[in-house]
Amino acid sequence: MDRNVDDLRYIRSTMERSTKFLSLSGISGVVAGLVALCGAYLAYLIMRGELSVTGIVLFDLLILAAIVLVTACSVGVYFSMRKAKKTGAKFWTPVTFQLIKDAGLPLVTGGLFSLILVYNGYFGMTAATMLIFYGIALVNAGAKTYDDIKILGFCEIVLGLLAGILIGNGLLLWAIGFGVLHIVYGIVMYMKYDAKSDKANG
Amino acid sequence: MKDIISGLNKIFDSRIRLGIMSVLVVNDSLDFNTIKELLDVTDGNLASHLKALEKEEVIVVKKQFIGRKPNTSYSVTDQGRKLFQEHIDALEKLINPLS
Repeated sequence: MDRNVDDLRYIRSTMERSTKFLSLSGISGVVAGLVALCGAYLAYLIMRGELSVTGIVLFDLLILAAIVLVTACSVGVYFSMRKAKKTGAKFWTPVTFQLIKDAGLPLVTGGLFSLILVYNGYFGMTAATMLIFYGIALVNAGAKTYDDIKILGFCEIVLGLLAGILIGNGLLLWAIGFGVLHIVYGIVMYMKYDAKSDKANG
Repeated sequence: MKDIISGLNKIFDSRIRLGIMSVLVVNDSLDFNTIKELLDVTDGNLASHLKALEKEEVIVVKKQFIGRKPNTSYSVTDQGRKLFQEHIDALEKLINPLS
């Protein structure tokens, strides 16, 4: 009897493991959110003219954006790799590559389009563009990881649309979308999935 | 070969075989090394179980070359999918006879 239960559990977890990337860590969401909030605060100071490195606001913002992007991604990969190690799962599997491909297309397109907007001087729409494309990337990636990420994706899309209407509040909505939502999502994910395995492993 | 009382299929009477079937029914096809990594088993062990499942015609082997490298990939047959589903149904029934 117990063996049958074990067998079914094993079948389910094996199916899931071979089709979904389950090493995405909640902590990485929280830390990436904090990085985004710091970035948004610095951007606020730059835009108000209280902080400057290169002397040109646009260059300062672009450099800041690049730093925030790289830091947030590195943090995400680092904590996910750590989770993979802890749970004894492989980080680089065919599913991982598929996930990167699924999320990569909207992300790269959105990133390039945001740069095009900046290049042409449409600053008011960049936050909306980033939020919308990021949301689409998350919904797209949802098939290959925890379903919950789709909810986060939809929230980002809604915020992005709002940012498109409320021009002038881009930075605030960007901070909510990339900062606050990531932190909330990270905490929820940590409680739901990671805390259990942490306890099990001592 | 089904056990008449439990409905469980003898073909799937091992953890590794359950694992192989589980990863193959949810993926179009997988190569040897990917299955090995997913199930965390040794080469010899996996190969012998794959061979047995192939002999029962629940999975098929496809050998091809990717560039110059030989590549062996596995996928389930329609028959294999059906038998595995029946096996899962039987397991569920044993746990919860009323459902």
